[in-house]
Amino acid sequence: MDAALLPNRFQNWFSSRGWSPRTHQLQLVECLRRGQSTLLIAPTGAGKTLAGFLPSLVELDDRGKRKPGQAGGIHTLYISPLKALAVDIARNLEAPVTEMGLPFRIETRTGDTPSHKRQRQKTNPPDILLTTPEQIALLLSDPASEKLFSSLKTVILDELHALVTSKRGDLLALGLARLRQLAPEMRTIGLSATVAEPDDLRAYLVGQPLDGTRALSSLVEVKGGAEPDISILESEERLPWSGHSCRYAMGDIYQLIKQHSVSLLFVNTRSQAEAVFQELWRINEDTLPIALHHGSLDVGQRRKVEAAMASGQLRAVVATSSLDMGIDWGDIDLVINIGAPKGASRLAQRIGRANHRMDEPSKAVLIPANRFEVLECQAALAASKKGDQDTPPLRKGALDVLAQHLLGLACADPLAPAQAFDEIRASETYRWLEWETFEKVLDFVATGGYALKSYEQYAKLRKGKDGLWRIAHPKIAQQYRLNVGTIVEAPMLKVRLVKSKAAGRRTPIGRGGRVLGEIEEYFIEQLAPGDTFIFGGEVLRFEGLRENEAYVSRAQTDNPMIPSYMGGKFPLSTYLAESVRAMLAAPDTWKALPGQVRDWLEIQQDKSVLPSRDGLLVETFPRSNKHYLICYPFEGRLAHQTLGMLLTKRLERMGAQPMGFVANDYALAIWGLGDLSLLFSSGKIPLQELFDQDILGDDLDAWLAESSLMKRTFRNCAVIAGLIERRHPGQEKSGRQVTVSTDLIYDVLRSHEPDHILLQATWNDAAEGLLDISRLGDLLARIRGRITHTALEHVSPLAVPVLLEIGKEPVYGEAMDSLLEEAASELLLEAME
Amino acid sequence: MSALTSHLRKYTAAPVCHDIQINGQLVGLHDSGVLWWPDEATLIVADLHLEKGSSFARRGIMLPPYDTATTLEKLAAVMDAFDPARVICLGDSFHDADGSDRLPAPYRAMLTTLQLNREWIWVTGNHDPVAPVRLCGETVDEIQIGPLTFRHEPVEQIGATAALGEVCGHLHPAARVRRFGRSIRRACFVTDGSRLVLPAFGALTGGLNVTHEAFSMIFKRRKYSVFMLGNDRLFPFTATRLVGD
Repeated sequence: MDAALLPNRFQNWFSSRGWSPRTHQLQLVECLRRGQSTLLIAPTGAGKTLAGFLPSLVELDDRGKRKPGQAGGIHTLYISPLKALAVDIARNLEAPVTEMGLPFRIETRTGDTPSHKRQRQKTNPPDILLTTPEQIALLLSDPASEKLFSSLKTVILDELHALVTSKRGDLLALGLARLRQLAPEMRTIGLSATVAEPDDLRAYLVGQPLDGTRALSSLVEVKGGAEPDISILESEERLPWSGHSCRYAMGDIYQLIKQHSVSLLFVNTRSQAEAVFQELWRINEDTLPIALHHGSLDVGQRRKVEAAMASGQLRAVVATSSLDMGIDWGDIDLVINIGAPKGASRLAQRIGRANHRMDEPSKAVLIPANRFEVLECQAALAASKKGDQDTPPLRKGALDVLAQHLLGLACADPLAPAQAFDEIRASETYRWLEWETFEKVLDFVATGGYALKSYEQYAKLRKGKDGLWRIAHPKIAQQYRLNVGTIVEAPMLKVRLVKSKAAGRRTPIGRGGRVLGEIEEYFIEQLAPGDTFIFGGEVLRFEGLRENEAYVSRAQTDNPMIPSYMGGKFPLSTYLAESVRAMLAAPDTWKALPGQVRDWLEIQQDKSVLPSRDGLLVETFPRSNKHYLICYPFEGRLAHQTLGMLLTKRLERMGAQPMGFVANDYALAIWGLGDLSLLFSSGKIPLQELFDQDILGDDLDAWLAESSLMKRTFRNCAVIAGLIERRHPGQEKSGRQVTVSTDLIYDVLRSHEPDHILLQATWNDAAEGLLDISRLGDLLARIRGRITHTALEHVSPLAVPVLLEIGKEPVYGEAMDSLLEEAASELLLEAME
Repeated sequence: MSALTSHLRKYTAAPVCHDIQINGQLVGLHDSGVLWWPDEATLIVADLHLEKGSSFARRGIMLPPYDTATTLEKLAAVMDAFDPARVICLGDSFHDADGSDRLPAPYRAMLTTLQLNREWIWVTGNHDPVAPVRLCGETVDEIQIGPLTFRHEPVEQIGATAALGEVCGHLHPAARVRRFGRSIRRACFVTDGSRLVLPAFGALTGGLNVTHEAFSMIFKRRKYSVFMLGNDRLFPFTATRLVGD
C-alpha cells in the first residue's frame, strides 16, 4: 500500500514526526474511497483511532473550507460508548488537525454539552461531530434531522465490540438504519478489538438486503503484535478454598507493584476494588501512590485519578471495568488481573491496556482468588496462547428499544409503518423482526398495546387519514427527549459523610457533609444503622437514610462488619467453563497446576469422582442433621441460581424437603431434611427426571411470578420502552419510587395479559441476562443421560468451596412468608421471657 | 372471571380476622387489607384508587388498564365473605375527581351490584374530594359511629381528642423487616390502640414505609404496632423491629 494515497500535507505531517502511515491506515482510506464500509480489527496501540479518522480528514481536506453562508451538514460522525472517550478523542485529534492546518471544525456533543451549544450544532453543524448513541437518537428525533444528516458521508463506531453487546448497541443499530435512509451515501467504519465472530460486526455495519442474504462490510485485520507475557502468580501462601478477596496474595501484589513503574490492577466488582485498595494501603510501607477508580466514585474524584494517571504521578491504580475501555492511560508496564478473568477475550482486552505500543509484549500477572479460579486462570492462559476468543454472539435487538425508537421516529416526521418496518429490518440486529411483532410494538407506543382497547382517546400516536402516524401533542416529543437512552441505573443512593451519632448525641443527623459517591440501594437496604462497611477506600459507619441519601460517618475500625463482596458481575464464559471441565477430567494436564491445587484434585479423585467433561456430577452426603446435594455444572452463578430456584421447587414437590441453596460460578449446593442419597439411589426421585429440561416450563413460570430479578428486569424494560417515565420535567423521579410502582404493574399485567409485548421484552432480557435461562437450557440438554450420582459419607474436597459460601452469600429458597413467621415467632419468644 | 371464582373459594369459609381493640371497640383486621367491625356488621376499606390506570393514561403514561377490574374483583370476594350491612370507603376511592365519571360500564354495573341492599358510605379523600357520579351511596367528609371516627386523612396530632378512635387511610402504610440480610416489605395496618391506619386496597397503590416522618406526626416514635399482610394471615410486629426503606 502506498503512502501516495495521502495528500502531500498528510505525508509531510507523518514524516515531520518521523512516522509513516501504517498499512491498515492506508487500507482504510482506500476502502472508503471505493465507498465500502469497513471493519478494522486491531489490537490496542495500533493507531486504530487515527486510522478511523484518516479517510474523513483526507476527504475534508480535499473539499476545502466551507464558504461563509454555505449550507452544510455533518460530514463525519464519531460514536463511542463513553462520553469521556469522545472528549478524549477530540483532544487527540486537535494535534494533527491544527498542525496540518486542516480547514474544518470538530466538536463534541454529549449529555454535558451546554444546551445553547447543542442548539447551535443543529443550525450550524460542525464537519466532524463526536458523540454517543443516545445523542444520535436525540438528533434523529428532531424534525431538523433530515437536513442535518443529508450530507453525512462517514460514521465511525469506536469500541464496536463493546457497543454491540448491550441495548445501546440496539439503539445505535436503529439509529444507523435511519441514517442510511437520510444519507444513502453514508459508509461506516467499525473499530474493534479481536472478536470471536468478525462477520457479526461486519453485518452490523451495513444495511441488510430483505431477501434473507447477509451483506458484509470489508474487513481490515491487523494481527496482534508481540505475544503478551502472561503468568499466574505462584504464591508461597496457602491458596484459599473460596472467597474473592485475594487477601492471601497482597504481599506478592505489593512486590509486583514495587518492581514495575506503573501497574494497573483490574478487579471484577466495585466492592472487590474497595477491599483490594484498602489491603494494599495497609501494607504500603513505602507509601507508593496507589489510587482507586470505579464507577461509583464521585466524578470529580475519578477525573483526578485519571489526570494523575495520565501525567505519570501514580504507581498503581485499582480499577473495575470503568477503566476497561479505550482511553489512553500513559505508560502502564504491568496489568494485574485480580480474581478470575471470566472470559478469554475480556482478559485479552484488559491486558491490552499495558504497554500501548503494539510491537512490545504486554506483561500481565493473573491472581486467582481461590482454587477453582486457578483452573480458570489456567484455561484463560491457554486460550491466550492459542489466540482463542469468546466474545458473545451478536444480540437479537430488544423490543423495548424498538418502542423507544419508533416514538423517536414519529417525533421527527410522520411515521409510515411499512416503510419504517423495512428500514428497521435492514439492520442486522432486527432482521428477525416480523410484521406482527412490529405492529404490536407500534400499538404499544400509541396506546399501551393492551388487548382491552380502552386508551384510544389518550393515544400518544394517532394514525391520520393518509395512513401516517403522528404524535398527538408536542408534549409527547418533550417526554421522549427526557426518556431517551437504554441505560437504566440501578437505584443509587448518594453517600454523604456526617458526624457520627455514636458520640452519644441523640439529636437528628446534622446537615449533610461531603458526598463520597453513590452506592446501590439494594446494598444499603440490608444495613442497619451502626453497621460498618467499606466505601471509597474507607471503613464507614452507616448512620441512617434520608430521602435519597445514605448518611455515613468515619468508623473507628479496620474491620467492616458487612462483607461487601456482591458476587462477580460477569458470568464465566461458556468457553472457559468448557476448558475448566476438560482440564478437571484429564489428570495428565494437572502438571501445570500449583501443588496445592493438584493435591486437592487428587484427593477428590480418591474420595469421590471427578466431574466429566460433558456430563454432570451430583454428590450427596449428610452433614449435621441435614442432607446436601452438590452439583458441578460450571455454567456461572446466574444460571446456577436459576437452577437452584427450580430444583428446590421441584424437590419440594417430590417430598425431599429442601431448605435452601447457594451457588457460585462453578457449583450449586442444595440442602434439606430429606435423605437425598437414599431418595436418589432408591430411584424414588430419578435424577434424570429432576434435571429434565421440562423444569424450564411450569416450574420456571411459577417462580417468575415471584422473582425480584424478573421485576427488576421488567422495570428496566418499562423505562426504556417509555411505559413509565425516567423523570418528569423539572423533577427527577427517584429510583425508589419507580421500583414500587413497576412491581405492581408487573403483577397486574402478568395476571391479565401475560402475552403483552413488554412481558415478552422482559422475558427475552431475562433469558439472556439475570437469569441466564438460555445457558441453563443448553446445560440441561448437554447432560441428558450423562448424570453421575455419588453418595458419600462426608463432604468431598470439590464441595468445600461452595459450602463455604453459605453465610457469605445470600441463601435462597426460603419462602418469604416463612421468613416472616420466623421473625414473628422470635418476637413472641422475646415477649414471653 | 376465573380470578373472581378463585377468590370466592378462598373466602367462603368464615373469614378469620385478627381481633384488636381501637378506642375500646373490638374490630377485626383481615389479611386482604380490610377492617371488619362485627358489632355494626360494617366493612371498612381504604384507598381503592379506582381508575388509576386511565388517570395516568390521560397524561400519556399507559399503565395497564386492569387495575379497576383487579380491585373490584378482590373487593367482591371480600364482600361475599363478610356480607356486610354497611360499607365505608375511606376516601381516595377514585384516583381523581373524574374517575367515577370515566368508570367503564361493566365495572359500574359490578360496583352497583355490590352496593345492593347495603348502606354505602363514600368518605371523600384528597384524590376524590367530590361525591362520585352515577353511583349510589352517601358522601361525607367524615363520619362518627359510636366511639369510632372514619376519615380519610389522620389528624396530625398525637393524643388529640380527635385522634381517639380515628380510623383512616391516606398514608398507604407498608413495613419492612429484615432477616438474614434479606428484607421483606409488605403493606400493613398500623395502630397504637387509639387510632388505626388501613393499608391501601387498590391494585396499583404503592406503600409508604411506616418509619417515614409522615407517621411520626400521628404515632409516637416506636410506640405502635403493625400487622403486615401475608398470604392468608397477618404478621404482627412492634415498631422497634421495623427498618426503613
